Amino acid sequence: MHIPDGFLSAPVYLAGYAVSGAVCAVAVARANRNLGEKEVPLLGMTAAFIFAAQMLNYPVAPGTSGHFLGATLAAILLGPLNSCLVMTIVLLIQCLGFGDGGLTTFGANLFNMGVVGAIGGWACFRALQFMLPRNRRGFLAAAAGASWVAVVAASACCAVELAWSGRPVVMSWLVGVHALIGVGEAAITAAVLSSVLAVRPDLVAAWDRMPKLQLQEARP
Amino acid sequence: MKRKVWGFVLAGLLVSLLLAAFVSPFASKAPDGLEKHAQDKGFAEKGEGGSAWRFPLMRDYTVAGVQSVSAGTALAGLAGTLLAFAVAFGAAKLISRRRAAGSEPVGQK
Repeated sequence: MHIPDGFLSAPVYLAGYAVSGAVCAVAVARANRNLGEKEVPLLGMTAAFIFAAQMLNYPVAPGTSGHFLGATLAAILLGPLNSCLVMTIVLLIQCLGFGDGGLTTFGANLFNMGVVGAIGGWACFRALQFMLPRNRRGFLAAAAGASWVAVVAASACCAVELAWSGRPVVMSWLVGVHALIGVGEAAITAAVLSSVLAVRPDLVAAWDRMPKLQLQEARP
Repeated sequence: MKRKVWGFVLAGLLVSLLLAAFVSPFASKAPDGLEKHAQDKGFAEKGEGGSAWRFPLMRDYTVAGVQSVSAGTALAGLAGTLLAFAVAFGAAKLISRRRAAGSEPVGQK
């Protein structure tokens, strides 16, 4: 879903830079709270994994493929603002090192593939957690559901940006294909979280915080 | 505690490098959802060249001088994965170090 240079009009890509820039500024400012000694290497590892996993395009329809995005996974592992930092770095390396995603459209790409998945996906994950049982299976189901929603929402944002730029985009087609791509995203997110929970549940920020939340709720 | 985190981190990095080196050459070469739609709707040529950035080291995940597409993709994947780790680690370290440099009161408890 990396938008190349030339697809978006100037007002749209400038707006992308403004919104993504503001969110990243907050993420860096708040990193004082979110980045401890153990998060620093985890942030590096998460960026490495997302870069590698984004290379693995899988077929979703004849002549069409899709790939993992990872912002929601990173948000569940590290917190939503740290996920914004990770996605900024991954997308920046793809843009400058590999010519994947345009220079002018970087802000819009960061919004679609980073901010939407990190902030929106995380909010969706929290909302689903309230509806699902507070155990491992419910946790993984919420993560899978939220990451699916994040991919679909990202494609809807992408479609709107293209439409605002005067491109003859068919929103239902683009969103429909990403509803399929999102199934892969959900499967990868759940598989990774399931593996990490099996070995180091204390390193999953959203899981590590959960028992304390339950305690607070049980103690009125 | 710190060493244990590093064991996990190195294992995760190893998995990522293995994916980049040995799985990425088998990834689908078909255009992704956006590229496909741009082709179908006839605005793909607006984005020709992909990026206005003229100095990507490994354009389109290939390495100059490597004949084999698979080997090129694998090398580009390895390089990118290591780069992502290094940059994210370095950036996180830099950002978190500001805490030690005097912004102690923010969110410290």
